[in-house]
Amino acid sequence: MSGPPTTLGLTGDEWQSIALTAELAGLTTLILLALAAPLAWWLTRTGSRWSSAVSALVSLPLVLPPTVIGFYLLLALGPQGAVGGTLERLGLYHLAFSFTGILIGSIIYSLPFAVQPLREAFAAIDPRVLDAAATLRASAWDRFFSVVLPLSRGGVLTAVVITFAHTIGEFGVIAMLGGNIAGETRVVSIAIYDHTQALEYDAAHRLSAVLLCFSFVTLLAFYAINRRVMSPIKPQ
Amino acid sequence: MNNVSTPPHCERLKTARGLFATGLFAFAALLPVAQAETARVAAASDLKFAFDELKPLFETTHPSHKLELVMGSSGKFTQQIENGAPFDVFFSADVSLPKRLLDSGKALAPVTTYAFGRIVLWSAKLDATRLTLKDLDRPDIRKIAIASPDHAPYGARAKEALVRIGMWAKVESKIALGENISHTAQLVDMQAAEVGVIALSLALNEQLARKGGYHLIPADLHSPLEQAYVITHHGKNNTAAKTFVDFMGTPTARKVMRRYGFILPGEQLR
Repeated sequence: MSGPPTTLGLTGDEWQSIALTAELAGLTTLILLALAAPLAWWLTRTGSRWSSAVSALVSLPLVLPPTVIGFYLLLALGPQGAVGGTLERLGLYHLAFSFTGILIGSIIYSLPFAVQPLREAFAAIDPRVLDAAATLRASAWDRFFSVVLPLSRGGVLTAVVITFAHTIGEFGVIAMLGGNIAGETRVVSIAIYDHTQALEYDAAHRLSAVLLCFSFVTLLAFYAINRRVMSPIKPQ
Repeated sequence: MNNVSTPPHCERLKTARGLFATGLFAFAALLPVAQAETARVAAASDLKFAFDELKPLFETTHPSHKLELVMGSSGKFTQQIENGAPFDVFFSADVSLPKRLLDSGKALAPVTTYAFGRIVLWSAKLDATRLTLKDLDRPDIRKIAIASPDHAPYGARAKEALVRIGMWAKVESKIALGENISHTAQLVDMQAAEVGVIALSLALNEQLARKGGYHLIPADLHSPLEQAYVITHHGKNNTAAKTFVDFMGTPTARKVMRRYGFILPGEQLR
């Protein structure tokens, strides 16, 4: 299915799946950061009796097999599903076997990996610092962006890196929901599976090596930066 | 505002509108062509090596068309097409799955038979040319790979042959299931299983043939592996898909299929 190696020993098809994977992981990380930050903040500060239920929901993807998430999403996003069916009736296209579909899957799948580090970082902030900022008339937004976020930068970095890396390593959800379509849902992990199943070991080796190197370098950079970021802010 | 002098902002508006119309026109003109050029083909895994060879042949003889091949088990593709997967044409390893898609309105008539397949015993470890199904209960054969009988037609026929010859009960505990027929070949190729029942079309490919010979399982032990294709509802306006299924009937394509051990419509079963 893949032609001869071209750029840097990888074929065009392989580059396509690498670019697709990076796009999926990048978008998932951006969207999750925007969703997880307010959610983690609410979970840290709320006294609501719903917080346990919300925490449990957020953590579900940690324990559920990816096939379960993939199966339910396939049902919901497909042409007969609640979401996919509604889209079809509106004259739009359903979301199974599409990039948007696997993006939704990835957001759900990686949600706990974005929320948890942020939640821990937010919880570590001394409430008196926020009270002090409030007495200085800093608005809620201002307090969040100029006090909370800088103090939680370690947590934010962890959330970004782990979410991105975890999405790169995603397989089961996309296998159920994606359908192995080039340029749309054939991410690297799926392409490797596809290559081994098709007895194309050379291609499987090349892509596996790319993922192995990428994952190691990402984690190495993460731990190296984290050591510096986590050191306390020096008084000026 | 009359036609003697037009204020400049109206001029700009006109230009913008003109550009928009031109763009829309260009887009509309390009759209059907862009859609028609690539056919997304879902093909049963037994076709892997044959289609890898047919794809460049087709694309050279039809430069305006491209094929995007996705290989897998016929059962999986049927489930995916039923759930709206964007495949234009489906080459199944049997005839009942395309018919099922036709019945559920996911595909267009007709369901066309394009080949009859065969199953073989193959091994990368033992000399399969000297094996028969009767040997499979030997203690040195610890694992036997077949494709999943539930959703891969080649697996269903393998089980059928083993049942008919009275070996199924004896070897059932040694069976390892591959997801599709090329995955089954992979299990044997990597020697995770000493032998496997795979498609003749895979065993004939040089990559597998150099690792070991095969034993052709008699065709009277199982119902025929009649393989049919169908154009899906998604592919109803795809000219590349239409052109490709026509191409499958040409002497060029038939020659390649024959070389991979397929018996073609109108030919005698060996």
